[in-house]
Amino acid sequence: MLVDDKYFLGVDVGSVSTNMVLLRPDNTVKEALYLRTQGRPMQIIQEGIKQIRSKIGKSAEIIGVGATGSARQLAATLLGADVVKNEITAHAVAASRVNPQVQTILEIGGQDSKIIILRDGVVSDFAMNTVCAAGTGSFLDQQASRLGIKIEEFGPLALEAKNPVRIAGRCSVFAESDMIHKQQLGHSLPDILAGLCQAMVRNYLNNVGKNKDIRGPIFFQGGVAANPGICKAFEEEIGQSIIVPENYDVMGALGAAYLAQEKVGSRPGTLTQFRGLNLGETQFQAKSFDCTGCANRCEVVEITQDGASLARWGDRCGKWSGAGVAGTITGTSEVNLKEEKQKEEKQKEEKQKEEKRGA
Amino acid sequence: MKVTFPHMGNAWIVIQTLFESLNVEVVVPPFNSKRTLNLGTKLSPESACLPLKLNLGNYLEAASQGADTIVITGGIGPCRFGYYGEVERQILRDAGYNYEVVTLEPPDGSLLGLGKRIRFLAGSKNSWTKILKAMRFAYLKSVALDRVEDLIHAARPRLPEPILTEKLYEQARERLAQTMSEKGIQDTVRWVQESIRERQEAVNNSERINKPLRIGIVGEIYTILDPFSSVGIEEELGRLGVEVDRSIYLSGWVGSHIFRGIAPGYRSIRSYPRHAKPFLPHFVGGHGVETVGAAVKYAREGYDGIIQVFPLSCMPEIVAASVLPKVQEAYNIPIMTLIVDEHTGHAGIQTRLEAYVDLLERPRHLRESIETREGVLSVGG
Repeated sequence: MLVDDKYFLGVDVGSVSTNMVLLRPDNTVKEALYLRTQGRPMQIIQEGIKQIRSKIGKSAEIIGVGATGSARQLAATLLGADVVKNEITAHAVAASRVNPQVQTILEIGGQDSKIIILRDGVVSDFAMNTVCAAGTGSFLDQQASRLGIKIEEFGPLALEAKNPVRIAGRCSVFAESDMIHKQQLGHSLPDILAGLCQAMVRNYLNNVGKNKDIRGPIFFQGGVAANPGICKAFEEEIGQSIIVPENYDVMGALGAAYLAQEKVGSRPGTLTQFRGLNLGETQFQAKSFDCTGCANRCEVVEITQDGASLARWGDRCGKWSGAGVAGTITGTSEVNLKEEKQKEEKQKEEKQKEEKRGA
Repeated sequence: MKVTFPHMGNAWIVIQTLFESLNVEVVVPPFNSKRTLNLGTKLSPESACLPLKLNLGNYLEAASQGADTIVITGGIGPCRFGYYGEVERQILRDAGYNYEVVTLEPPDGSLLGLGKRIRFLAGSKNSWTKILKAMRFAYLKSVALDRVEDLIHAARPRLPEPILTEKLYEQARERLAQTMSEKGIQDTVRWVQESIRERQEAVNNSERINKPLRIGIVGEIYTILDPFSSVGIEEELGRLGVEVDRSIYLSGWVGSHIFRGIAPGYRSIRSYPRHAKPFLPHFVGGHGVETVGAAVKYAREGYDGIIQVFPLSCMPEIVAASVLPKVQEAYNIPIMTLIVDEHTGHAGIQTRLEAYVDLLERPRHLRESIETREGVLSVGG
């Protein structure tokens, strides 16, 4: 089976989960991984690659890589991605490939929530939560552990509710105190959980869903879509049926894989930039410093692999990110580094002098 | 007396010029930075808008350079900025800073009072003719600044190596800040045009690029004029291959507010209320009407998209934001709203801008519009 040996890899590194999808050229999913990021994206990406390596045969080949999620740049650097896209586009691409008729995507992830409106398979509008993260996956996680139930049990329990209680959902801190209050009044656990689901959905529709024309078919994706309690609350509030696609929890990664397929497939003969399945064995390191070149004071991050600089980013002007990626123009970046160090030392000296004067 | 003033994008060049031509000692505060914002946020009420926080930061940083007098414009109407001069005076006094604050109200307030304040700042040695001359010269500089900025807007998506374009912009601003003659101003604009032409010739002109998307930026004047506040969205969009235009340019605002429309500025803002009329027929404070009017104008001119930017809790822009969906519907143009404050992260804005550009670009893939890199000078300046 030669066909089975070639795959597109899609990687979505988010705040809470890191997802990877292996896509066959015939658009079927070979493997989907859902890992917890746990604040260590680099190690988790390596861990994921190790797992993928153990799951596919030795002769298998990755022929295209796409990266998305809040750490897409990091993932792209480590993996050598062919395409790097924001998560909104990735989610939209995945949904419209799964069902070209889809007109609305509700997506709730670990720390962000978004709504994407599509018309004729093309994104026509979108919104993301801006100043508030109330009602995202992290909050549900917290509340589940506070109530001593597993997050997997949350939804099924909520479905058992007979009289969902009304919980203030505008702010997750107040929602929590309101929930405690309702518990102390003696409401049953399922009723409280269902009330929480409804509050979350109301909050979502009032914030990200404001002014948006929600039409069916509606897809619900992201980690929170695993919760049938939330699905039911959405259906009641919107008054339409909600579809949870098969790979709802890894749609971002799936979208990235499709985008890689588009990119590599559109030009026959293009080779992937993928840096190989033995990535799991090398040492990556990240360090950061404040650039003192101008008033912007950008925080620059540098990624090194086995001691050699791989990439830098975070600067606005391109002084660091433009220089010396993967050793191409390392000369200039080293000069920059030197200058930077000299400057820092000078500043330190001046500070010490000032302190002495003050004393 | 050492005069200082709050930063707002390139405005410092114009204000510095005005005071220097009147021989008034002026302290330009260090540019807006994280430090400025941190200093200002400590003194500000949490719910005040971003400009207040940055203003206060500017004054604190200027105080350490010896400034003792602040000049700030005032305003009438529901926008809070109108009374920030007074609020800032009291906050600074409470914090132990000995600042004189001079609020320049626009002439619809009291002409006599305005005259007295200008006289106070200019001292007794400057004649009114000299003051008017200095104002005219500063105005000419602001027009030139806007022309240069527009050239850069057009150059960013078309010329390769964005860092060179940014350097050109920086050098042009430096030259404009230093020159004290009308000829120097004109020469600088010409120099920028010439540099762009040279760079265009250096790249292979037969090479085709996608026709840049055009996005109009509308919203609250401070945040759209000040790249630090807007997290550099103009530069970011330029890098993503977008040509930006902005609803308000500095000289347009100066022209209509300070000169009462006698001088229109590089880009007049006078037509906006007329455009806004079907959607928002009356004044709502700040530049709410201008935001709606500019959005309608951009939509009619066939722009691909519109982005509204304003500081969190800005009332006039909140009114405008609730009207914009009607404009979006009427002209079938996607409008995105970005709200900024001291907590705004670069990554979040970046994701939204990328997704927004994708949204505009994907349908265009089908149309395949292509041009060469030559178009810069026909668009900007």
